[in-house]
Amino acid sequence: MSTSRDQIFGNIRLGLKRGPLEGEALEKVKHRLAYHPSSTTPARSDLPQEQQVELFKSMATEAAAELIELDSSSQLPQAVAGFAKKESLKQLVSATADELMQLDWSETGDCKLLHREGKPGDIASLTGSFAGIAETGTLMLLSGPQSPTTLNFLADIHMVLLHESSIVGPYEAAWQKLREQGDSMPRTVNMITGPSRSADIEQKLQMGAHGPKRLVIFLAKD
Amino acid sequence: MSLNTPSSGGSRHQVGLFVTCLVDIFRPSIGFATIKLLEQAGCYVEVPEAQTCCGQPTFNSGDRKSTQDIAKNVINAFDGYQYVVGPSGSCIGMLHHYPDLFESDDPYHSRAKELASRAYEITSFLIDVLEFDKIIAQYEGIITYHDSCAGLRELGVKQQPRKLLGKVNNLQIDEMEEAETCCGFGGTFCIKYPDISNRMVSNKNVNAGATNADTLLGGDLGCLLNMAGKLKREGSKLEVRHVVEVLANMTYEPAIGEANLQPNFDLAKEA
Amino acid sequence: MQINSPKFKESSRIALEDANLQKALGNLRDGFPVKRANAVDRMPEFDKLRDEGRDLKDHIIANLDFYLEQFETNVTKNGGHVHWARDSDDANKAILEICRKSGAKTVTKGKSMVSEEINLNDYLEENGIQPVETDLGEYILQLRKDHPSHIIAPAIHLNLDDVSDIFHEKHGRPRTDDPAELMQEAREMLRKQFVAADVGITGANFCVAETGSTIIVTNEGNGDLTQTLPKVHVVITTIDKIVPTLEDMSLFLRLLARSATGQEFTVYNTLSTGPRREDDVDGPEEYHVVLLDNGRSEMIGTQFQEMLRCIRCSACMNHCPVYGSVGGHAYGWVYPGPMGSVLTPKLIGIDKAGHLPNASTFCGKCESVCPVRIPLPKMMRHWREREFEKHLSPKGFRFGICAWAFFAKRPALYRWLARASSLTLKLIGGKKNRIRSLPLKNGWTLWRDLPAPQGRTFMDQWKKQQSSK
Ligand code: SF4
Repeated sequence: MSTSRDQIFGNIRLGLKRGPLEGEALEKVKHRLAYHPSSTTPARSDLPQEQQVELFKSMATEAAAELIELDSSSQLPQAVAGFAKKESLKQLVSATADELMQLDWSETGDCKLLHREGKPGDIASLTGSFAGIAETGTLMLLSGPQSPTTLNFLADIHMVLLHESSIVGPYEAAWQKLREQGDSMPRTVNMITGPSRSADIEQKLQMGAHGPKRLVIFLAKD
Repeated sequence: MSLNTPSSGGSRHQVGLFVTCLVDIFRPSIGFATIKLLEQAGCYVEVPEAQTCCGQPTFNSGDRKSTQDIAKNVINAFDGYQYVVGPSGSCIGMLHHYPDLFESDDPYHSRAKELASRAYEITSFLIDVLEFDKIIAQYEGIITYHDSCAGLRELGVKQQPRKLLGKVNNLQIDEMEEAETCCGFGGTFCIKYPDISNRMVSNKNVNAGATNADTLLGGDLGCLLNMAGKLKREGSKLEVRHVVEVLANMTYEPAIGEANLQPNFDLAKEA
Repeated sequence: MQINSPKFKESSRIALEDANLQKALGNLRDGFPVKRANAVDRMPEFDKLRDEGRDLKDHIIANLDFYLEQFETNVTKNGGHVHWARDSDDANKAILEICRKSGAKTVTKGKSMVSEEINLNDYLEENGIQPVETDLGEYILQLRKDHPSHIIAPAIHLNLDDVSDIFHEKHGRPRTDDPAELMQEAREMLRKQFVAADVGITGANFCVAETGSTIIVTNEGNGDLTQTLPKVHVVITTIDKIVPTLEDMSLFLRLLARSATGQEFTVYNTLSTGPRREDDVDGPEEYHVVLLDNGRSEMIGTQFQEMLRCIRCSACMNHCPVYGSVGGHAYGWVYPGPMGSVLTPKLIGIDKAGHLPNASTFCGKCESVCPVRIPLPKMMRHWREREFEKHLSPKGFRFGICAWAFFAKRPALYRWLARASSLTLKLIGGKKNRIRSLPLKNGWTLWRDLPAPQGRTFMDQWKKQQSSK
């Protein structure tokens, strides 16, 4: 395939009227890449943290996510059990993220807790999250051995634990947070804003296309 | 190089009128109404004789060479005038395209730029340059306004005609839905793709007809001929006029496409 | 997709008379533009972001070779594979080979206009592999053996009834005209396919050079299931989708969501980087990116370079009165509306796509909403210039233009022509003052009257007035 590659690069450079970048020009783009400058970030999310939390809540709700607020993440098992009871959930597939595993799940009532990746037919799943982005009420989830991506898409109801302290303003702040983690990019980064939907039939919005029909965010104050 | 010698307007703003070919051929009264408004605003107006067409038909048909020649003619014809003003957003917009026609080292490039810097659509000239709004006119009726595309998007003509119309005694404005949507004229477009053009002008007329207006106004004769032609074919009562006719209080000529009971060739005298 | 662009005129006439299509197009006109306007109103920085988007795209194109190399390096570093494809043929072969190696029988597909561009579905089928479209709109079209008529709302030309009919026929279930039930039906039917597929093919909205990631933007979540469940994930995309960094991508995501559907943000923005990691319990084992050129590199340094800024948001067609009148199929190939009128002539040839850049009034609405400020009318005009140079414009039309130019360059003759025209037309107009028909089935009087001139030309009247002063 190298001939195709050569031809494509040849054409590009012909059009740009130059050879491969070198010298100062090369240093400039390398610098830009390493420095990754941000464009204008909308003023809307440029707020003190508590107000970012408020913005997150209103934007997520607007996108049809459901919010359940908790004083602390230790209340999650109880809240999930309550939700499961209300929705008559018999089974819940959970990620194995540390923040979830550390909690006491002994009292989930009739709802059985499983730990595995998502499978077709799952009714409900539970995952943690890496960040909440206030600008548009968006969750950021990273894939990994303890947080398989299938949990985010196959169940009818996707429940997510989000700590208020993980909420940032704009998308750029979430990337910064990811960069600070140090590791390379996970296989999958999901930015999720509300439940699945489609307007492909007559441009009328219907909720619940191929992904979860409901997105329930447990927002913990920590 | 200049084919004309503009006379000095004294202390007054000196304006060369760009008549536009459609006004010249179809509706001279628009030209006279424009002159009347300019004179009311204290301008001294001349009409350079060497002017023909702005070059849109050739420009938009891909005939760049002819467009350059036509542009040169316009540049020469309006050389030396303090301002060039015309009753059409698209023709004046065309003058603003002239610099793109010439390489930057061609003397016509800088002359074209210079021409563009003093070329204005009439309502925008009155409001934006002269800050003039002492309109002396009366109109018993309700109008609705079509924003012609080139004026709107190339020259930013939107509020200016409305501000001026606001000064006309007794006139009411009832805005239509989608006032900014193209009427389907598009110069040669309406001849090349008549069926699509017809759909567009029909949509436009439905929106205009849904208002309480008795008159549809606009600032570009091409669009007005298109909309009037369709309205009259459909037997609609809605009358169509150029905005300057109302602003200059010159609405005694039949509206566009209306039957002419008494041909009046001496309109010029009254202007 | 078969090329029908030369038949634009006939197709548009049919489209104008198709009551169902016209009803569907009504939904479009009342929907997207209003939603976009509301979203833009909520973001005071929007116009500034557009300027930045334009400038950033220009920077990317000026350094495209560098960013493509970076992207390739980082995809490879993360265990993925990059395949360079000069044209459709290259791309199809590369994809087929990947499918063959993994022994694939069926592949699921996320929505991808590039795959339409290269005719991937037909190619796979001819080679014994069954592609299954998973985007709801694309799924409906595949059942109907139909093609997309819009780049983000592929089934926009259909009405509810059409969907009810085809689902009833193909799914063998009782007919329903409840959109929610129809969607549930599609969800159930496609679940099986997602699991059965050996390869998942998606497009990419952007490719991030610094990380070697591709991103897909969807509301349904079908793209995510397509790329997560099968053993192999293939991304088919083009060289103009490169962005340098995650921050740069964020700018375009902001512009894209608002310009496309008027959403604050699309539901799923998903970045994929390489295959599943060592300890991962799900995700594809292989990750391939097929980078297609198909003539794009040749646009650099030409009058059409700015078209490479396009982020495929569809705002231009959503706001286009011509698209709104005839719909996407009339354009006769993959990319409709203003962006198609510029791009299609490059991709299939101006001799075939000659109508497209001509079928515009140059109203400028497209340019006024384009998030990366592409001067679409200007580029359509450039195509007209090429046609004129190559004598591709219809003869009669060319003659008319040349005749007009002849007079417009000669003021004295022009005065005479104006005088003759106004008096003749005035005469024909008669008492009614308008003309109902002109010779040669004239396009004007086919549908409307021509208001007659007032009489003598302005210039004559003015001269008379001046001399009598
Ligand atoms: S040309 Fe502009 S408006 Fe049209 S799809 Fe591309 S980016 Fe969007």
